[in-house]
Amino acid sequence: MSMTKSDWQSITLSAVLLAVAACLPLTGDAYMLSIGITIAMYAVLATSWALFSGPTHYISLATAAFFGLGTYTTAIGIENGLNYWVTLPIAAILGAVLAALVGLATLRLSGVYFVIFTLGLAELVRQVVTWGQNVSGQKGLYVLTDITEVHIYWQLLVLAAIVYLTGWAIGRSRLGFALRIIGDDEEVARHSGINTSRAKILLFMVSGATAAVVGSMLAPRYIYIEPALAFTPMLSFLVVIMALLGGTGRLWGPLVGVIPFTLLWEAISASFPNQTTLLLGLSFLVIVYLLPRGFVGLIESGKRKMREREAFA
Amino acid sequence: MTTGPTVLSLRGATKRFGGLVAVNDMDFDVTEHEVLGLIGPNGSGKSTTLNLISGALKPTEGTISLRGTPISHLSAADISRRGIARTFQLVRLLPSMTVLENVRAGAVFGHRRRWGAEADAHAMRMLALVGLDRRANAHVGELTYIDTKRVELARVLASEPKVLLLDEWLAGLNPTELEEGITLIKRLRDEGRTIILVEHVMDAIRSLCDRCVVMSTGLKIAEGTPEQVLSDPEVIRAYLGDDDA
Ligand SMILES: Nc1ncnc2c1ncn2[C@@H]1O[C@H](COP(=O)(O)OP(=O)(O)OP(=O)(O)O)[C@@H](O)[C@H]1O
Ligand SMILES: [Mg+2]
Repeated sequence: MSMTKSDWQSITLSAVLLAVAACLPLTGDAYMLSIGITIAMYAVLATSWALFSGPTHYISLATAAFFGLGTYTTAIGIENGLNYWVTLPIAAILGAVLAALVGLATLRLSGVYFVIFTLGLAELVRQVVTWGQNVSGQKGLYVLTDITEVHIYWQLLVLAAIVYLTGWAIGRSRLGFALRIIGDDEEVARHSGINTSRAKILLFMVSGATAAVVGSMLAPRYIYIEPALAFTPMLSFLVVIMALLGGTGRLWGPLVGVIPFTLLWEAISASFPNQTTLLLGLSFLVIVYLLPRGFVGLIESGKRKMREREAFA
Repeated sequence: MTTGPTVLSLRGATKRFGGLVAVNDMDFDVTEHEVLGLIGPNGSGKSTTLNLISGALKPTEGTISLRGTPISHLSAADISRRGIARTFQLVRLLPSMTVLENVRAGAVFGHRRRWGAEADAHAMRMLALVGLDRRANAHVGELTYIDTKRVELARVLASEPKVLLLDEWLAGLNPTELEEGITLIKRLRDEGRTIILVEHVMDAIRSLCDRCVVMSTGLKIAEGTPEQVLSDPEVIRAYLGDDDA
């Protein structure tokens, strides 16, 4: 299909926004940069999560499993003399393979089983890594590189650009159309000739590979990693909440949720460090009750009202 | 019209739901360009038979073949790609999409696969065929009941199926709509399509079907022209006699 004028407008706008974001380190403010990294990280995670969960409505709580897998891939790779850059594609492949296995095992089942399975998976992987480390007598791993915070930030921005381009391309492809049909009515999808399992697994692989690469990119930031940090279930829940807050109906939706929520979360974690889990649950309830379709839904129904008003005027 | 080559055949097709035998040892053939009526009282197993053919359900026993090739082990998606398309007794549309997008689903993924402008043009032709081309950009939520049925039919036609399965497509229409509906299916018939029609509307059965298979409690109890089966005492008993207890 050819590109329309509005496609070019969106691409230009995205490129400009990305360029502006890339200038953040020039402010020289370390705190700003640190928040920038967190926002970029959640933006990539939530957007790639929504690529799969948006159209299929399958809620995955496995983000931490993929993220941790990537973190450990890079840590172990570097410990064994691999170049950092080589560990990124390895993490992507491992993430995709893990996603394919999970997908084969669960995507034929209904959504509820999928949620539980993915949550269990993250925990399982964490236990396996913990056990592996106990056997080898270590508690964690050092990730010593000369990669600075600024590098991590820019890498995440490049990854974000790749994720947006991928999402945009999928949205215009047969695969994207197939997923929308699956999200609307899986029975119709099957009877229209769509291999529904394959479509879902492919998207889940994209999402899993991306989360693994994010984990790899963040590994040098942590310097010392252990399972409780790399596989924290909190990460999976935060990604889901941010994506739902923004709305999964549009590619840019999750970003709209990530920015305010990251800032809010920074404030909450600083003021109530012992109540984070409670407040996380509360935010989840509030979002699901008040904004079931996220900011995207709010914006779009606002637009519709405007149009109706114009039509009546 | 029953002299063409056999397109679809069922041999011993059986479906059990626990102790209930919903479809019991069904045998019948559908020949090319034929409109076969599948009729019978409520709960006699008509929809289940269509589900077996379309791959929505796997037969417990027996085989179903398309032009001599067994298809009963295939997934619904594969069966659809091989050219069997269906409507559902309770209309199923894609609620988040426009009329055109609904029909495009059939054009993009069905038996004959298209993409881009070609798929859109083809979907528009199918909408014109069912008389809905002017509502192409409407949201499916805005449609009247018969128009939702039209969209579903257009989606199914867009895949260019070799065999069309219509499950009570005429049910629930008011008299005017019914007349339009019968005209529409007559046109499909005149185009030479191969159709299995599950139907309760007697007028439609008489005017549309070349041949009928009658089911009762999962069994085939009669087969023949509409006149033959509708005057068959056993068929009359099946329709009227089940509730004489
Ligand atoms: N998925 C299922 N599980 C259990 N029983 C089923 C299932 N589908 C159908 N049945 C049963 O099988 C029998 C045949 O049902 P079917 O829907 O095929 O009848 P039908 O001839 O299409 O009836 P109607 O004219 O009311 O549509 C019924 O007794 C029904 O309750
Ligand atoms: Mg039925």
